[in-house]
Amino acid sequence: MSEVTAAEVQTVAAARRLEHIKTVFIGVGRPSTAAILARMVHNPGLVLVYESGTIGAKPFHIPLSIGDGELAETADAIVSVPEMFNYWIGPGRIEMAFLGAAQVDRLGNLNSTVIGDYEHPRTRLPGAGGAPEIASSCQQVVVIAPHTKRTFVETLDFRTTVGFGDGPGSRERLGFTGRGPTAVITDLGVLEPDPKSDELTLTQVHDGIEVEQVREATGWELAVADRPRVTSPPTDRELSALRELLSR
Amino acid sequence: MAELTTLPEAVAELVHDGDSVALEGFTHLIPFAAGHELLRQGRRGLELIRMTPDILYDQMIGMGAARKLVFSYGGNPGVGSLHRFRDAVEHDWPRPIELEEHSHAGMANRYAAGAARLPFAVMRGYAGTDLAAHTTVKPITCPYTGERLAAVSALRPDVAVVHAQEADREGNVQLWGIPGVQKEAVLAAERSLVTVERIVDQLELRPGGIVIPAWVIDLVAEAPGGSQPSYSLGITARDNDFYRFWDEVSRDRAGFTEWMHAHVLAGLATR
Repeated sequence: MSEVTAAEVQTVAAARRLEHIKTVFIGVGRPSTAAILARMVHNPGLVLVYESGTIGAKPFHIPLSIGDGELAETADAIVSVPEMFNYWIGPGRIEMAFLGAAQVDRLGNLNSTVIGDYEHPRTRLPGAGGAPEIASSCQQVVVIAPHTKRTFVETLDFRTTVGFGDGPGSRERLGFTGRGPTAVITDLGVLEPDPKSDELTLTQVHDGIEVEQVREATGWELAVADRPRVTSPPTDRELSALRELLSR
Repeated sequence: MAELTTLPEAVAELVHDGDSVALEGFTHLIPFAAGHELLRQGRRGLELIRMTPDILYDQMIGMGAARKLVFSYGGNPGVGSLHRFRDAVEHDWPRPIELEEHSHAGMANRYAAGAARLPFAVMRGYAGTDLAAHTTVKPITCPYTGERLAAVSALRPDVAVVHAQEADREGNVQLWGIPGVQKEAVLAAERSLVTVERIVDQLELRPGGIVIPAWVIDLVAEAPGGSQPSYSLGITARDNDFYRFWDEVSRDRAGFTEWMHAHVLAGLATR
């Protein structure tokens, strides 16, 4: 097999997080690819929940949109959008949610609204979608993002979605039931919140990545665990399944 | 009681300049044919309401039909930006657009409150975000538990436009697959238009199908293929290539305008 790419390592690392999870909420792109891969390799019973109202979708192909026909045709149940948020996401029935963002700060808060000033943005991004309530209510959140200084910033231009807010106690004060981000999986490694300060800390680097590289790609002075683990490289089984999935 | 009519007649009768209009459909059943007819009839100054503006509102915004957009996610799903939406917000082209943005949960609850003819919906949401300061959401205290919750105002569009798979000759409508907020939008609006893939003698009830009775709909018009490039489950397939193609066409103002004149204003809503 040809050499492993950073994108493949990131997707495989995300899929591994789903090994012991019952239900996962996903958007499109790499999170969706990771979740379908997890069903193929680690966890065939994993329930995929998409924002479009498809619960228990079993897509053979990676969907382009969260509402592709194949998701509706293979779902255990299809519900309306009000029902999705009020009966399924809000009460915390979904165990894990994968979220992306244009900016992530050191407390795992996310921006997907604007770069620059809100009234006169340099770049208008798509906006919140379901993220704020998904992040407050799903039992835990895993953020999937490319590791660059543009994404990992000291200060968000706009706080679309709360991770740990202003630090310890924030989520409780806001009345959130979910635990918040338990991991941020990038193409360089994995950040996890420090149990005391909630600050994202580099706890894992992907095979062949140096801690210094990760520091340089982060827009704040990155906290690093004493001995960061090294992501074990994708197995032949993981890699061949992923490549087969992408070729469908 | 719903009347069956043609799409041009339905749009002429129900949608006026300056109206608030919700053309709904969550990825599935997006009423493209009706939106294009609005553009052909030259409607202006619209308040466009939609959870996910998608390509349809990118086209309507780029043609200058909207004064305001009420929404929760303005991206090209799985592809990237909506370039006409971005150009309007970032550079006021072709005209400035006012934004009122929410989360999906907020919009969904606003439609549900509108359908229920309640003044607002109560939910857990917006807390701790910057969105709260830039939109209409207010805190409310639960009279039973004292919990602080969010109150979002009801959506009551002047007109709702949705697409469905079929209607019978009485104007009863059935849709199946991803139901989005279409039923809520119809029940929340003052007036409603449903376009359908086909008119049938009798509705055959489908598993998971939603029937909207004729007596809550104003007009029904047949529009085969009317949700393309989105889709009508069981009848048409989502044209994912078009969504990727739109990313190129819509990047450039001149290219976009030329494409719209050739393909939409000329009456041919295909590539």
